[in-house]
Amino acid sequence: MKLDAKTPTGPIETRWDRHRFEMKLVNPANKRKHSILVVGTGLAGASAAASLAELGYNVKAFCFQDSPRRAHSIAAQGGINAAKNYRNDGDSIYRLFYDTVKGGDYRARESNVYRLAQISVDIIDQCVAQGVPFAREYGGLLDNRSFGGAQVSRTFYARGQTGQQLLLGAYQALSRQIELGRVEMHPRTEMLDLVVIDGVARGIVTRRLDTGKIESFAADAVVLATGGYSNIYYLSTNAKGCNITAIWRAYRRGAGLANPCFTQIHPTCIPVAGEYQSKLTLMSESLRNDGRIWVPKKPGDTRPASQIPDEERDYYLERRYPAFGNLVPRDVASRAAKERCDAGYGVGPTKLGVYLDFRDSIQRLGQPAIADRYGNLFQMYGKITGENPYEAPMRIFPAPHYTMGGLWVDYNLMSTIPGLHVIGEANFSDHGANRLGASALMQGLADGYFVLPYTIGHFLASTPLPKVDVSHPEFKRIEAEVDARIGRLLSTKGTRPVDSFHRELGRLMWDNVGMSRTEVGLKQTLARAPELRAEFWRTVAVTGEAESFNQSLERAGRVADFLEFAELIARDALERRESCGGHFREESQTEEGEARRDDEQYMHATVWEWQGAEKPPIQHRESLGFEYVKPSQRSYK
Amino acid sequence: MRLRLQVWRQPGPTAKGRFQEIDATDISPDSSFLEMLDLVNERMESKGEEPIAFDHDCREGICGACSLVINGVPHGPDRGTTTCQLHMRRFRDGETIVIEPWRARAFPVVRDLVVDRSAFDRIIRAGGYISVSTGSAPEANLIPVGKEAADAAFDDATCIGCGACVAACKNASAMLFVAAKITHLGLLPQGQPERDSRVLRMIARADEEGFGSCSNQGECEAVCPKEIRMTSIARANHDLRESAWRELPQEGRNSRESA
Repeated sequence: MKLDAKTPTGPIETRWDRHRFEMKLVNPANKRKHSILVVGTGLAGASAAASLAELGYNVKAFCFQDSPRRAHSIAAQGGINAAKNYRNDGDSIYRLFYDTVKGGDYRARESNVYRLAQISVDIIDQCVAQGVPFAREYGGLLDNRSFGGAQVSRTFYARGQTGQQLLLGAYQALSRQIELGRVEMHPRTEMLDLVVIDGVARGIVTRRLDTGKIESFAADAVVLATGGYSNIYYLSTNAKGCNITAIWRAYRRGAGLANPCFTQIHPTCIPVAGEYQSKLTLMSESLRNDGRIWVPKKPGDTRPASQIPDEERDYYLERRYPAFGNLVPRDVASRAAKERCDAGYGVGPTKLGVYLDFRDSIQRLGQPAIADRYGNLFQMYGKITGENPYEAPMRIFPAPHYTMGGLWVDYNLMSTIPGLHVIGEANFSDHGANRLGASALMQGLADGYFVLPYTIGHFLASTPLPKVDVSHPEFKRIEAEVDARIGRLLSTKGTRPVDSFHRELGRLMWDNVGMSRTEVGLKQTLARAPELRAEFWRTVAVTGEAESFNQSLERAGRVADFLEFAELIARDALERRESCGGHFREESQTEEGEARRDDEQYMHATVWEWQGAEKPPIQHRESLGFEYVKPSQRSYK
Repeated sequence: MRLRLQVWRQPGPTAKGRFQEIDATDISPDSSFLEMLDLVNERMESKGEEPIAFDHDCREGICGACSLVINGVPHGPDRGTTTCQLHMRRFRDGETIVIEPWRARAFPVVRDLVVDRSAFDRIIRAGGYISVSTGSAPEANLIPVGKEAADAAFDDATCIGCGACVAACKNASAMLFVAAKITHLGLLPQGQPERDSRVLRMIARADEEGFGSCSNQGECEAVCPKEIRMTSIARANHDLRESAWRELPQEGRNSRESA
């Protein structure tokens, strides 16, 4: 496997412009002769499918949901960053670039991040023109807020439903192209494998979820926009359907998978309440703008929050990080909460929780102002917990939320398999070891609207692509493999339900490959995961038939892939003996318990290459250089 | 808690359906309605029985996938709440709960409680967008939008496309869904150029898909998890009347279609 990032050189401000000029164009008359498959219709996939169709390419789009509008981007709450500097508070493209590289703890490519910051301003223009109802000021111009540790107000938002509004904008653009006949949409269709012919990605094998039919699709290029893998932890803020199958299958066909151990644990989620729980609910971190986080100073204090006077409260973020206070980045806030709870200061029935308190803001601004900013979040909290957050503080705890790791891509967003492009959360590219708030929406839409449409054209124009259709023997061979795997799942006829395996895997990952990792714990996961996988294939209960609507089978296939992936994520975490971003190795910390990064040894992306089920994967490295943002130990004190 | 469930089971779109009685025991009052079904399903799976099929995904009330009629009411007894946000503490121990799919001709059953809502996607395709291709947008602040208009547009843009409005309507009308999109885009300056064609095409498409007519009785508003109001239907009807008038062929002037 050769890792050529194809990163342009020269002054960083001009790299993307020059690269765009140097890329080859596809003759407009030839575009319709090129077919592109886009898998996933979240922000990245829907925006890419719509934009590629507008350019004239022949696009087929796929999603496992019953409608492209339901992709999990819809649940993003807080907002989207853009370097518009509308607040006149000193923001700039360079500052957004700088903050993102630093926030990612110096594990992202500078060129990619700079491009992302440049494109951020175009995204807002595009979305406003589509009719996305962003928050406005009385004068009619766009409002902004500060978000997730940024010291400038560059976040555009639509109440607490920014992801929904941006996704509906992209979905509507996609719908227009479907109506025009330029996109063929395949909802309730799950990609189960990738087809590589003569070293180039030429198609996919899918299963129609409503009928169970296995089908193949051939094309000149394949785009994966299939999101992240936080559901390996079972309990996460992701939708129940989110899974790793598409990128895992691509990895098994030769695509390099980078930095899988870089996972983000979001600090502000509703704590786990019981064994029956199926998912965790995020409370937007915008709440940290007005809420103060604290625990009682006395361990095991069982008094209600309202009866604990100020001097007996430990506002631990304000204490430890006076400069940033409650707005420290996500990884720092999450670990600090875990530290307090591990030390016995946690609150709530499980003691795995800290308070997020709006008392002072309500006193200062009045309840209506707080309701205007966060009304839907307060309502959601009330519904789930049965408590009123206007009267008592919210209880929050960290939960898996986003995964920075993913398939390795070059500057053109192409994986190590020519023709296979990866966009949005599914790739590894822009967030390094930790993603800043309001940057996921920005990256998904940057990739889909403004990067891929150029770079995929260059691939198509510069690569000889002999005609291939689904009668090619390779499609038949992979269809047969897919069929055999489904047959195996259905023939086990065990008694242990799929979810029970998923829960056990989730605990194994959360305990050892979660917020804080040690060599001993990681080795435990590496030892236990193969056993659990073997048990799964021996005793799993999958009911029903292959050729029918079968949710038991759908879940089984996804969990089977998570069970394989578990080892890779633990192996990656074990290899990286430093703490950086979302990856905290207990062996690598300062005396004050802060993360200690090791730039000497680990200033690289680790890229894994599959070697078959019997052999461990091979490790490759893309070393990272920092010409502009000089690496320093992050300090938020 | 212990609950007696009456669940609609239907193996496929053309198969005959029936209610199955299921005894759901040891249910936590703090679990959500869907978590209660998860537990029932796990128990069925370990006995080799086929679990109850139901649509769900985000489980935080925003994706619009979940879609159950609970004791005759789409999304169950709580106002402004999707099924996934409904918790078992809302029910009494020992209660019988009847669970059915959305029932409408335009939403055929796929299996058990899962229906095919692709008709909604086809309505959006007919005109539920602003035609602006990537790259052609002007600077965002060149389009001022008053805060009141932006907030009102947001209220309708918040529709999650779940279809509860159709399931609640005795005519199975999609008017609240259609009106929400017409209102969202019609209140914004960006939406004005296509305002006439949008309302005509979307309402015509809804008719073609087999949704019924609106008779203004408001069941839709009562069950809408995002509390979208019937005034949006009035606004859509207003736009429909105005645009239909403008689209009429008049003497000395050809209609847009025949030109």
